[in-house]
Amino acid sequence: MRDRLIFAGQLLFTLLVAAFLIVPAALSMLAGVTTNYFRGISSGFTLQWIVQVWDLYADTIGRSFLIAGATLVVTLLIGIPAAYGLHVRGGRLARAIEEIITLPLAIPGLAIALALLLTYNGFSDFRRSWLFILAGHVVFTLPFMVRSVMAIFSAIDVKTLDESASSLGASPLRRFLDVIVPNARPGILAGSLMVVTLSLGEFNLTWMLHTPLTKTLPVGLADSYASMRLEVASAYTLVFFFMIIPLLIAMQMFATWGEASGVRK
Amino acid sequence: MKAQASEPHGVAVRIAACGKTFGDGTRALEPVSLDIARGETMVLLGPSGCGKTTLLRMVAGLERPDAAGRIFFNDADVTDVPIEQRKVGMVFQSYALFPNMNVAENIAYGLKFRGGSAQERKARVAELVALTGIEGLEHRRIDQLSGGQRQRVALARAVAVRPSVLLLDEPLTALDAALRERLRSDLNQLLRTLGITAIYVTHDQAEAMALGDRIVVMRKGAIAQVGAPRDIYFTPANRFVAEFVGAANILEGVSGAGALTLRGGRLAIEKTSVKGPSLAMVRPESIAIVAAENASLTGEVTSVSFTGDRQRLTISGAAERPIMVDIPNTLMVKAGDRVGLSVDPSAIRLLPKGEA
Repeated sequence: MRDRLIFAGQLLFTLLVAAFLIVPAALSMLAGVTTNYFRGISSGFTLQWIVQVWDLYADTIGRSFLIAGATLVVTLLIGIPAAYGLHVRGGRLARAIEEIITLPLAIPGLAIALALLLTYNGFSDFRRSWLFILAGHVVFTLPFMVRSVMAIFSAIDVKTLDESASSLGASPLRRFLDVIVPNARPGILAGSLMVVTLSLGEFNLTWMLHTPLTKTLPVGLADSYASMRLEVASAYTLVFFFMIIPLLIAMQMFATWGEASGVRK
Repeated sequence: MKAQASEPHGVAVRIAACGKTFGDGTRALEPVSLDIARGETMVLLGPSGCGKTTLLRMVAGLERPDAAGRIFFNDADVTDVPIEQRKVGMVFQSYALFPNMNVAENIAYGLKFRGGSAQERKARVAELVALTGIEGLEHRRIDQLSGGQRQRVALARAVAVRPSVLLLDEPLTALDAALRERLRSDLNQLLRTLGITAIYVTHDQAEAMALGDRIVVMRKGAIAQVGAPRDIYFTPANRFVAEFVGAANILEGVSGAGALTLRGGRLAIEKTSVKGPSLAMVRPESIAIVAAENASLTGEVTSVSFTGDRQRLTISGAAERPIMVDIPNTLMVKAGDRVGLSVDPSAIRLLPKGEA
């Protein structure tokens, strides 16, 4: 009896927490398909807001995915070799560099954006292109990639694996490609998932760095909320959800699959 | 494993004045010089921190000796040659097998860098699988192997590339005692079969005795003694070697007139020029128990421990410190007995004094 009661209590609590998270999101999405939210659902359902959002902001969606993809590529290209170097080298200098790379996590995005603006304002072509936002996203997401790859490196004793490959005659590049990267796969996948999610949802930095021609999804959302009907902003949220959720699920599945077929300790 | 003794293989290794000082100024290894003959198995033996692994890693090319040190393979100076071009084979304590490859891929990995067709590589892998007795495991993942199987794969992978010298860093330490003993004899047979120059690092003196053509006993970054297992055991150069290799009784006494005088009597020794206070070593199995009445050295049995194949007595009163004596398992002796000790003079080894 007592166990039953405890179970019921726990279930209720869990459901409440879930509701706390889900209800606002559901309401927002509901608003996106309501003809007039102030009159409520009784005003009827419509897809006109979604169509309007698509017409106005389709380019931001494409750009967000472009930037997220490019951010992923850059963080992979920089992050994995960096993590490898830092791990193999070790010592005080490596720790200091690791701290510096991690710094953007502690600094508000606005401050990073300001610094980037101050530094690159003179390069107007760069300043105006989406590459400027890419630079900001790389600064912001790189620590997540480096950290997650370094974590796997210390878990698998990558230094000895590297030494054993070298004793067999493999050059540093071959060692990196044949032994280091494949065995770091779970860490790389986890890092990638994080980088893509963070890049897609990033607002602080992007809001400071964007131009009217280089808006991303979250910036467009803020824009629509500030300047348009609530229904439009809500429809935007709906679109955001339907774009992001399948991607996240796909990536999560990919990561799980990768871990299952990759390294097992 | 299929044994078929073969000609000596590989290179002669010459280590010339190789020391190692780390960046923070700690001295891991005093400059040491060592010659290892072609086809010889040289064991580096010593407690942890004695520099044996550092020395092995220098030969491998994983550590650089301090400025004056040189390493030669035959007559070629390889000090500046990076490890991937030294053509060594290395077995690590943790084996360091690649988890992303199966057994056959692990063994074949080094072959990719030594030329040869895919056909030849396949044949070589099959050859090593047979040699190390891991048939049927070729397509297993590394995490599906037992410790002993991993050890064999690591060995096969290192040997596959026909290295000029085989380097083994405590390859049996990660295994449990029973398996260790079995693999030790397999390994011994394999090394004889291959006839390859090998350097073997261990802290286990029984392993060193069983595997080494010669043993280098190391201590605190320096060589304490180099010699064949018998030399090391019977004529240790100093107290450290005597106590590290096998069980030893260290006797403090006064020598003179063909005898060593101890607290509980005298022991006849071979002629020596040493007079006065001396240090001598006697192995427990070199001492025989005789009747106390007609013995020149006597003591009292304080404990008897029966280990099956023999029994070990501890005898006090004969020397400053209790003496260990191994006697046949059939002899009836009990604690409290007063016994005489007899030792063949040739089994008493005088050691230099003044060493810890």
